[in-house]
Parts: sequence; C-alpha cells; structure tokens
Amino acid sequence: MSEITREQVQHLAGLARIALTDDEVTSLTTELGAIVDAIAKVSEAVGPDVPATSHPVPLANVTRADVEGGTLTHEQAFAGAPSHDGERFRVSAILGEEQ
Amino acid sequence: MTDLTRIDGAELAGLLASGEVSSVEATQAHLDRIAAVDGEIHAFLHVNAGALDEARRIDERRAAGEQLHELAGAPVAIKDVLCTIGMPSTSGSRILEGWVPPYDATPVARLKAAGLVALGKTNMDEFAMGSSTEHSAYGPTRNPWDRERIPGGSGGGSAAAVAAFEAPFALGSDTGGSIRQPAAVTGSVGVKPTYGGVSRYGAIALASSLDQVGPVSRTVLDSALIHDVIGGHDPHDSTSLQREWPSFAAAAREGAAAGSLQGLKVGVIRELDSEGIAPDVHARFQEAVRLIEGAGGEVVEVSVPSIEYAVAAYYLILPAEASSNLARFDSVRFGLRVERPGQTVEDVMAASREAGFGAEVKRRIILGTYALSAGYYDAYYGSAQQVRTLIQRDFDAAFAQVDLLVSPAAPTTAFRFGEKVGDPLAMYANDITTIPANLAGIPGMALPMGLGDDGLPVGLQLLAPLFEDARLYRAGATIEALLAEQWGGILAHQAPQLTEVAR
Repeated sequence: MSEITREQVQHLAGLARIALTDDEVTSLTTELGAIVDAIAKVSEAVGPDVPATSHPVPLANVTRADVEGGTLTHEQAFAGAPSHDGERFRVSAILGEEQ
Repeated sequence: MTDLTRIDGAELAGLLASGEVSSVEATQAHLDRIAAVDGEIHAFLHVNAGALDEARRIDERRAAGEQLHELAGAPVAIKDVLCTIGMPSTSGSRILEGWVPPYDATPVARLKAAGLVALGKTNMDEFAMGSSTEHSAYGPTRNPWDRERIPGGSGGGSAAAVAAFEAPFALGSDTGGSIRQPAAVTGSVGVKPTYGGVSRYGAIALASSLDQVGPVSRTVLDSALIHDVIGGHDPHDSTSLQREWPSFAAAAREGAAAGSLQGLKVGVIRELDSEGIAPDVHARFQEAVRLIEGAGGEVVEVSVPSIEYAVAAYYLILPAEASSNLARFDSVRFGLRVERPGQTVEDVMAASREAGFGAEVKRRIILGTYALSAGYYDAYYGSAQQVRTLIQRDFDAAFAQVDLLVSPAAPTTAFRFGEKVGDPLAMYANDITTIPANLAGIPGMALPMGLGDDGLPVGLQLLAPLFEDARLYRAGATIEALLAEQWGGILAHQAPQLTEVAR
C-alpha cells in the first residue's frame, strides 16, 4: 500500500498552485492512494537494461530558419488577458508583506 | 429533396461540387438539425454565428468559376480543444470560459483553407481528461442511441454530432482513445493518425507525447477525406513529421471497391480478446474476425504482452505531462482570474486554479506532480517511459508477423451516466483497448462492427504500424462495405430517430 498522507497532498497542491479545500484534500488523499497502488506496478515490469521512450517517433535537432515569423500584435495578445495596461500583463504583488 | 444531413460527407461534397446544392443550403440544413436536436444531445458548446456567411462566400467563389477543394462548402464540427479565431475555445474547462484565441489551430486553418465551414465547437471532458464527457465543465453530451448513456470521451461531442446527423465531419483529438472510444460507442468512425502525422499546433495540450488530432465521421471515406486535408508537415509543431503521405481517400476508395482482404495478414491481439471485454462485444468481435477471414484475410493470434502494464504507464505519463502543460493556466495571460485585494500573484494563481479546474483535472495534476517529485521520479515516471519501450517492441514484433492488428475498440457498449464517474480507476481501466496505440505512436481506427445485446453500437479497432495509416483506410473501407452489404447500409442509419423540436 502506498502511504499518501494529507500533508503530502497539501504539499503537492502547493507545488501545483491549487488552493484545495479541506474536503478536496480528504478525498484526494484516499483516491491518490488507490491510484498510486494501481499504477505502481510499472516498476516491476522493467529492468535497468530497458531504455526509456519519451516520444513515439524520435526526432533530433528540429530547428527552423533564423528569420522573423508571424507574431501576435499587442492587441491580439492582450485580447484574453484578465488585466493589462496596453503594454504589459498586470498582476498582483509578486511579494507578500512578510517577504 | 434529399435530407442533406442524412447523406455521407463524400456524397454531400459531390452535390456541392456539381452545384446541385449550395453551401448555404448544406450549412443551413445542419444548423437546423442542431437547433432541433442539440437541446437533447448537447454535442455543441458553441454554434458558429458566422457559418452562413462563410458558406455564402464559398458559394460566390464557386459561382465565379474558382476551382475549389473537393470538400469546399461542406460543414464540419470542431472539438473545443482546438483553437479557433472568432469562436470560444475552452477545452471543456471553466478556466477558459469565453476565451477566444487569437489564432487558428493548424488543422482548423487547413479545413478553412479547403473551404470547409465550421458549424461550431463540440463538447468534451475537461482538457480531454475522461471517457464519458461527464467531466465537461458545461455538462455531459448524451449518446444519440440512448440519451441515458455516455457518448464516450473525451470527444463525445464530436462523435455524437456526427452520429446525430448534426455534422457529416468532425475533428477530434486522441490522447488515450478520445477519438476511437467515442466513435465505438456512438456507431461512428474515428481515426487516431500516426503520432506527428497531423499538427498539434493550436490543440490545447493535454499530454504532448500522446496527443494527436484526427477525423471523426460516419464513414471510413469521410474520415479519410478530412485526414487528407489536415495532415502533413507543419513547421509550427516540432514533432510534426516531414514525409510524403499517400492519399487516404484513395486508399479508402480502393478498399471499398476491392471488396476483398486477399493477401492481408491480420493479427488478433490476445491480450485484448479476453479479460475485461463484455460478452456481447466479444461475440461481435468474433463475427468481425470471421468476416475478415471470409473476405480472404489471413487471421492469426498475436501477443502484445506489455499491454498488461499499459494503463498503469499511461496514467503516469499522462498526468506528468498534463501537470506541466496545465501550468500555463496561471491567470496572467488568459483565462479565469479569481482575486481578492492584498493577495500575492501566487495566491491569485492558486485561487484561480482552484475555482477554474474540475475534480478530475485537479486529481491528475496532483498525481502528475507526485509522479515527477524527487524520490519518486525514477520508480514511476522513469519506469513508465521504459514500459513504453516494451510496448513499442511488442508492436514491432507483432507487425513483423502481420500487416494489421485488430481488437474491440472499447471493452463495453456505452455505459450509463454516473456508472463510473465516482470511481476513477474503473474509468481509467475502460481505456485499455485504445491506450497502447498512443504509447507506441501507431495509427488506429475505430469503426462500427454491430450492436451489443442492449442494441447499442460496438466498435472494431484496427491498428497499423507507424506511418501506415493508409492500411487502416484500405482495410477499414473493405470491412465497412462488407458490413453495409449485410446491414443494408451503414450502422449510423440504424440509430433511433431523435425527436426534432420545433424552432
């Protein structure tokens, strides 16, 4: 059995930047434990001699000519932004008071 | 007058090309059908208000004597995972509600360039995570064969749209079966191309090493026609393949005309022909295998033993890649922002993602974050990538013996709403038939092979080696033609009539 704890789920949620509710932490702790148990069997399938595959069709050094391509205008780029000043995306304070 | 929504896409395109039917008429007929039945089906999240204008422009160009693409003027439905200028693209998520992208996905741009008319955007599980559309933030799509049942997922909207005669053609995306499983449970045809065969540019990424865009339709030829338009190299996608592809429509036409599978070696995948396959699906599959033999195909049993580990590997690789891809939804450049005065940008991100993502998306992001954590990476993600190698080797060995592999496309017919949504592992296990092709990158097709004991469609899956998508279309069209001969037409026409509401 995997030992997924509430604290672990809370830590992962912090890393993933999701402000989970207490109820969500409770249900995810149970679900994640069951899922991890089910998928942990991958480690028994392979030995150290099997290479890893990251992409089904390996391609190397995919580059394009070093010329300017099509880009978005400011207007297009900001069209879906929650907040902007016409030149920059606007966000809340980067640092909290204690920092 | 012919009901323009009931005929195949190829036939409709023929009427358009000859001028017997205008694009405005064809588009209007489908918009009317959507208005009449989509209240019940909910295949569409958005209907294109500009569709008739686009259709009119095609008619004008044709009237002016311009030489247009053979599909010009035909309507098409677009899965909401694909970016479209002028239409919201939400990927089924609240976090992108109302977002209108500033660019078209390459497959969409290619359809537009060929003169196809977008009818709208189709429903899907949020960020393509699911097998039932129950994880859509905008409510589920209903299966046109039985509205108490799921239409499959994630691309249930596209499959239901073609099955309910709301569109002749649709686009889907297939990360672990999201084109093929919905096609199977709605009596439609769907194709996952070879990885890299169709550009992923503008497809909102789920798992980048698995995602592939492909066609959905009622016939094999119609899928081939769309595949010919959307496929081919795209410099905007670094995994897009640079190679010359044959005409898939030509392959489908050859296959249908041949009426025989003489000389084709077909392998039945042992691991997908037993445990976990419902008895009625198994029975239809045995009949399909006999039909293949009867048509001259040489059938042998082959083994892909690593399939045993495919679901586990997939549910490590997918969440790992998804947790990285979905990091872009940070409330800064697009999408939902939830903020209170005094919060830092980090608090705002966490609050926005909490409010914007649904339960399944959170589950997979947390799982992916776990799988990629220091201390677990080698045991989980690393091992899963090694399993991927084993599966590729198994398929290589199988394709050394046979030209084509076959299996059921889904283990059961469409299940009921609510049946699996509370049990993630049961939902994941449902993907066993389709996941191996995504892990290996090989092309796959689902096409109807009959009805289950409950009167609902059962799908046959064909798998071919990398780059051999044409084999799917050739053999698929032959099998489809032989079955249509038995049934007196394609399976889609056996679906119960939907009640059309007066508008």
